[in-house]
Amino acid sequence: MTDQMAVLATDRDRPRGLFGDAWHELRRRPLFWVSVSMILLVVLMAAAPSLFTSGDPGLAQLSRSRQPPSAEAWFGYDNQGYDIYTRVIHGARASIVVGVLATIGVVLTGATIGILAGFYGGWLDAVVSRVADIFVGVPFVLGAIVILTTLNAGGDAGPVRIVAQVVLSIAVLSWPVAMRIMRSTAIAAKQQDYVKAARALGAQPGRIIAKHMLPNCVAPVLVYSTIALGAFIGAEATLSYLGIGLRQPVVSWGVMINSAKDYLRVAPHALLFPAGFLTATVLAFVMLGDAVREALDPKLR
Amino acid sequence: MTALLEVEDLHVEFRTRDGVARVLNGVGYHVDAGETLAVLGESGSGKSVTAQAVMGILDTPPAFVTRGAVRFHGEDLLAATDDRRREVRAEGIAMIFQDALSALNPVFTVGFQIEEQLRLRRGMSRADARARAIELLDLVRIPHARQRVREYPHQFSGGMRQRAMIAMSLALDPEVLIADEPTTALDVTVQAQIMDLLAEIQRERHMGLVLITHDLGVVAEVADRIVVMYAGRIVEQADALSLFRNPGHPYTAALMRSLPRIDAKGTALETIRGLPPSLLRIPPGCPFHPRCPRAEDVCQAEVPGQARLGLGRTSACHFAEEVVRG
Amino acid sequence: MGRYVLRRLLQMIPVFIGTTFLIYALVWAVPGDPFEGKCGERDCPEAYVSAMRDKFNLDDPLVVQYGKYLGNLLRGDFGLTSAGLSVGERIAATFPVTLKLALVALLIEAVIGITAGVVSGLRNRGFLDSLVLVSTLFLISIPVFVTGYVVQLVFGLQLGLISPTVTSPTIGNLIVPGFVLASLSMAYVARLSRAGIAENKRADYVRTALAKGLPQKRVVGVHMLRNSLIPVITFLGTDLGAFLGGAIVTEGIFNVPGVGGLVFRSILTKDGAMVTGVVTVLVLVYLLMTLLVDLLYAVLDPRIRYD
Repeated sequence: MTDQMAVLATDRDRPRGLFGDAWHELRRRPLFWVSVSMILLVVLMAAAPSLFTSGDPGLAQLSRSRQPPSAEAWFGYDNQGYDIYTRVIHGARASIVVGVLATIGVVLTGATIGILAGFYGGWLDAVVSRVADIFVGVPFVLGAIVILTTLNAGGDAGPVRIVAQVVLSIAVLSWPVAMRIMRSTAIAAKQQDYVKAARALGAQPGRIIAKHMLPNCVAPVLVYSTIALGAFIGAEATLSYLGIGLRQPVVSWGVMINSAKDYLRVAPHALLFPAGFLTATVLAFVMLGDAVREALDPKLR
Repeated sequence: MTALLEVEDLHVEFRTRDGVARVLNGVGYHVDAGETLAVLGESGSGKSVTAQAVMGILDTPPAFVTRGAVRFHGEDLLAATDDRRREVRAEGIAMIFQDALSALNPVFTVGFQIEEQLRLRRGMSRADARARAIELLDLVRIPHARQRVREYPHQFSGGMRQRAMIAMSLALDPEVLIADEPTTALDVTVQAQIMDLLAEIQRERHMGLVLITHDLGVVAEVADRIVVMYAGRIVEQADALSLFRNPGHPYTAALMRSLPRIDAKGTALETIRGLPPSLLRIPPGCPFHPRCPRAEDVCQAEVPGQARLGLGRTSACHFAEEVVRG
Repeated sequence: MGRYVLRRLLQMIPVFIGTTFLIYALVWAVPGDPFEGKCGERDCPEAYVSAMRDKFNLDDPLVVQYGKYLGNLLRGDFGLTSAGLSVGERIAATFPVTLKLALVALLIEAVIGITAGVVSGLRNRGFLDSLVLVSTLFLISIPVFVTGYVVQLVFGLQLGLISPTVTSPTIGNLIVPGFVLASLSMAYVARLSRAGIAENKRADYVRTALAKGLPQKRVVGVHMLRNSLIPVITFLGTDLGAFLGGAIVTEGIFNVPGVGGLVFRSILTKDGAMVTGVVTVLVLVYLLMTLLVDLLYAVLDPRIRYD
């Protein structure tokens, strides 16, 4: 039967590269387009909140505290009398920024260390792997709480510093995952004949890594980073919910959920709307990651 | 007299995203007790699919049997109930596969995999099944069977694994054994040992043996009769001797010319030009015509029928008579 | 095998020291006075502070402090909190609760996840398959604290089916928090089992089993399942370690009196001894679980040999 499939396979149209093939696959998946539209919408919210609302996210009027959704306030008001719709729109920015920066940090450090460890092996690999074990051994939430409490102890901080701290703590605790993925793909790639051939021809290690290994190793990390972006947005919200991540004056979905949780019984809408946006955003990235992974993996077709 | 196993006008198609591939287009052959039938063909010619259709283990979807019959003692298995089909498997018709490493379950011992049929189908006790499994491993000449019965497939060498596979297929004393490229994955020296073993078992048990292969050398030694497949059709059917003496189809003739011969040392080996056709787009007329040295206009227009070339001998070629005369 | 275990245990030592040192350094390096607020509204008396600094070796360099701490630890002494409670006793009181919660979660995760994954893997591209895929997507995307609050809101406050907080940690009371804790991993288990089944469905040995005339139920239930579940079972193993350390949020929402709540309160009150103590136990459990999982892997898959 596999013979038959092989014969069928030779019949395909002109060959495309891995990514060309993946793009061809992606284009015909509705899930891909759904997730891309959702992501674009959230990014637009983050970039230009004024397109969606003219309200002021910092305007609190206690007189309208905990009012349920109505015609003029679609999502109602929270305990302090903030307009939830306005704050949900403005909250997108912090979540996206944290997610993107943390992903860049994790992927750049993790992938660089991983490809070097995988390529050179030996003591470098041994040391890097043990160090990664150390960071993986710390449960994520626990580690983030410890790091952030230490960093927060410095006292009042501006929005930039608050965001940077959260990004840092996520990156510090998550780089080993990207590193391990990259390391194992690099080890597999090193065994491939084209890399062996390049080494036999005396190519410089730097050139082999950049020219031969990297293009063939990015796919798994790419998939991971898409899903990680969603996961980090969720992680930011979790830390903010615990009261140690983002906080006033920064507005984020996690911050909103944190302030709404004590009034769950009387004003559930204050929790459900930011939670809904949060979930939808994470979902969009997870779906995109799924679609990309399936498109890149010929076995799954 | 009805044949032990008979395949009749079998059509199978694969419904894939890229279209419908007609993998079998009217395949028919038969095998009798005590007889070895070789099914010869390149990969993609449909020889394995035919075997899987006989066993009823095609992956559906994508594979669908659209027409034809598989008769065992005259009973059409394709029309039989699932339970009846299951009864026939291993007890009536057993099968061994090309790559014994992937065909054996990696997480169970060889013994377990032989014994489970005995316990489930014959109601044997654990101890009896174990004793029988050891006998079977002895029968296929696996040394130290008593110890090896407890080992896992990956602990066996390639040849030993294929022997274990044969032992497993013999557990329920089948009347027909289908061997799908049983030696392809093995070293040349081991290949001969396995073929000898199969031939010997076939003789002793008076089984019908369907030997699927792409290797003319293997065929020459053991086959009583040969069917040659190309693009999901039988192109030639003959007894082994006549087929080797004077092939009745240009494809068979080309296959033989591409075989290295000691008496032709020094001359270049011939190859068959072109590639086998895509099963999504089988050429009109004779499917072999684009590669055939004798092709004429009629070959592109008409599908050749099975021309009779004497007793039990057919060829699907418009010029069968001329080809056989050489 | 014995040598492999020994080597792994030796490899754990630097990882264990590294992790605990990392946490120790972070906790004790907190800028500010670690004894702030320990004496009510007033500043602590000089004598008290110096006694405490002495007790926790705070005037030594960090590495020496940590060395002394580790020395005590090896003798089974987790030390005292700044309020004078025994860290060891507090951990012993809360750890079983979290363990019970983690086991409940693991059971829920395994039963629901594997069932959903196997069913959807067998029915490729049917309605059930899509249903399972979509629900795993949602479970992966909803942060645990959102699941927790929504479950609490709907089942506890609106429908009144469960008590919104856990009054006593009995198995029955832990089912809902366990479900919340398990929700994310459940989705991964379902996906892993689905992928395993889908991959093994077309394996050659499945064809062999069919050719042997085995009933469909046995081909799926014995041959396919045994192979498909190897990665799932190892995932479940590492997950038990992760649950113990990751229950902070769930325990907080449902007021489960476990390790998570303990460590969270300790971090907020800057109780360094307690935090390091809990992390030490969790890291140890995690490391041992990973070793156990690797050994389990060799048992489940005879092709794996550790020499």
